[in-house]
Amino acid sequence: MLITDAHLESPDDFYEALIDTHRDLSAADSHALNARLVLLLANHIGSLDVLRQALALARSAGRPD
Amino acid sequence: MTSMSSSVDYQALEFEYRPSPDQLAAAPAEHPVIVVGAGPVGLALAIDLAQRGVPVLLLDNDHKLSTGSRAICFAKRTLEIFDRLGCCEPMVDKGVSWKLGRVYFGDEEVYRFDLLPEPGHERPAFINLQQYYVEGYLAERAMALPNLEIRWKNNVTGIAQDAGGVTLNVDTPDGPYTLRAGHVAACDGSRSPLRAMMGLESKGRSFRDRFLIADVRIAGVELPCERRFWFDPPFHPGQSVLLHKQADDVWRIDFQLGWDADPDEEKKPENIAPRVRAVLDSIGAGGRAVDIVWASVYTFACLRMERFRHGRVLFAGDAAHGVSPFGARGANSGVQDADNLGWKLALVSCGVAPEALLDSYAHERETAADENILNSTRATDFITPKSEISKLFRDAVLDLSRTLPFARKLVNSGRLSVPATLRDSALNSADADAFAGTMVPGAVAADAPLMRRGEKTWLLRELGADFTLLVFRAGGDSPSPDAWADACPAGIDLSVRCIAPDELADVEGLAAQRYDARTGATYLVRPDQHVAARWRRAPSVADVRAAIERACAIA
Repeated sequence: MLITDAHLESPDDFYEALIDTHRDLSAADSHALNARLVLLLANHIGSLDVLRQALALARSAGRPD
Repeated sequence: MTSMSSSVDYQALEFEYRPSPDQLAAAPAEHPVIVVGAGPVGLALAIDLAQRGVPVLLLDNDHKLSTGSRAICFAKRTLEIFDRLGCCEPMVDKGVSWKLGRVYFGDEEVYRFDLLPEPGHERPAFINLQQYYVEGYLAERAMALPNLEIRWKNNVTGIAQDAGGVTLNVDTPDGPYTLRAGHVAACDGSRSPLRAMMGLESKGRSFRDRFLIADVRIAGVELPCERRFWFDPPFHPGQSVLLHKQADDVWRIDFQLGWDADPDEEKKPENIAPRVRAVLDSIGAGGRAVDIVWASVYTFACLRMERFRHGRVLFAGDAAHGVSPFGARGANSGVQDADNLGWKLALVSCGVAPEALLDSYAHERETAADENILNSTRATDFITPKSEISKLFRDAVLDLSRTLPFARKLVNSGRLSVPATLRDSALNSADADAFAGTMVPGAVAADAPLMRRGEKTWLLRELGADFTLLVFRAGGDSPSPDAWADACPAGIDLSVRCIAPDELADVEGLAAQRYDARTGATYLVRPDQHVAARWRRAPSVADVRAAIERACAIA
């Protein structure tokens, strides 16, 4: 089951780190970084069922239907 | 019959048109089964039927084997089927096996993989062999069977069916004649004239891309027998290139060209040569004389007919379905169609099983075609991304695959063809007992090494031509074969094979492991070597009979 409750241990630190990771990159390089990031996190999650829930939720811009 | 030597030039071989007495007959000659198309699928099906005692007529509109190498990867399951058809040995002897695959992204090797097949199988994961050799060995075998007649230069021009059979109009160098058949198998290729004559279509997805195949002989260099796949190499930017080896020291190079390429220009030797030289330069084999043996520019589509059975006409191979070449699922799946259809058509043709058994051919192989199309479409989408974002993810996977093993699992330059497990087939008997592993009803029976009285043998080799009861037994006496006499409907043979120390000894324990079998476990295997039913403890005669009847669609 995809966790959609607050689960990040330090939300502000994570967000800052995410933005920092993209610092000084061109849009193309940022997109490539994001793609690699998605793949890394997907592998960490592993479960196809959970990943499908995340894909669907992302596609619907966070609005479950 | 003596085998032709491997030096036969199968590409130049021409078969003689011979007039048949049927052409002069007052009324159309009747044949139980007519197979149309003497490619790998039609030949395999005709051999299977003939081996099962059905007189077969095989018609081909040409008098030659495949032009060019075409299909070159023949997978383990296909080789096992060719074993059953009595012509695998020369193919394996002639074919090339490779183990090492290298994947490149840009100018860098991102990883290599060892395609070491699981040990304990008689046949390798696959061999590389030009299609004309495979057809040549099949044709030799076919011509050795007394109840199989091949008529070359017999071009079917019309087809009609009624309740009693199928009428074929056939054109020959001596003019037209008419034939009648109980059943017709259309194995006449991707453009299937029979399909068109019946007003049927094969539908699906076309890919807007072109590829160049060049078969080349390279003088004076011993290249390691490896498969190399390049994504976006500097010598062919933005496209993919595949290099692997076939028999007779011929290398297959496959260049992605893009949709805008001009097929006529790309086919010219003077345009192929620099492309080939660029590949060879990149692997340190530059400066060698290169002989272009065969070249072709192709496009492809993933498609299939809605139904593979139309009354008494059965469609098989490329006539029924098409895939992209990535993953070698074209010829391999076609031969598996033939494997599935042969025994069913034999039983229906001689009146042992009802026509409904042919519906199971359609259902089982339509499902398998969907699986093959899915796999080859996925490989195609990875190799030739269809959008910016698709390419972004593809490149991200390749980037990560340099260092992270998980990403290598996502790299898809074609998944090795494996047979479909026919899980949803109506011919299966549902498990009453719990088993672990992959040998579920509908799966192809796995091979395993066995010993009989000190001689090495293989599980698949020991299976009977019809149904086989495979009994695992730790010791004690085997039941007499007579004990199973009542398990068989009339006209069907049941072979009983005991995996037991004093019969077929499972000395390495691989059979028991692959079948999750302890003593008493019993498997019923279909004539095409798929599992039909299984039991933890010895089944009753009535259990086995019910399972055989179900597997033959006998109500």
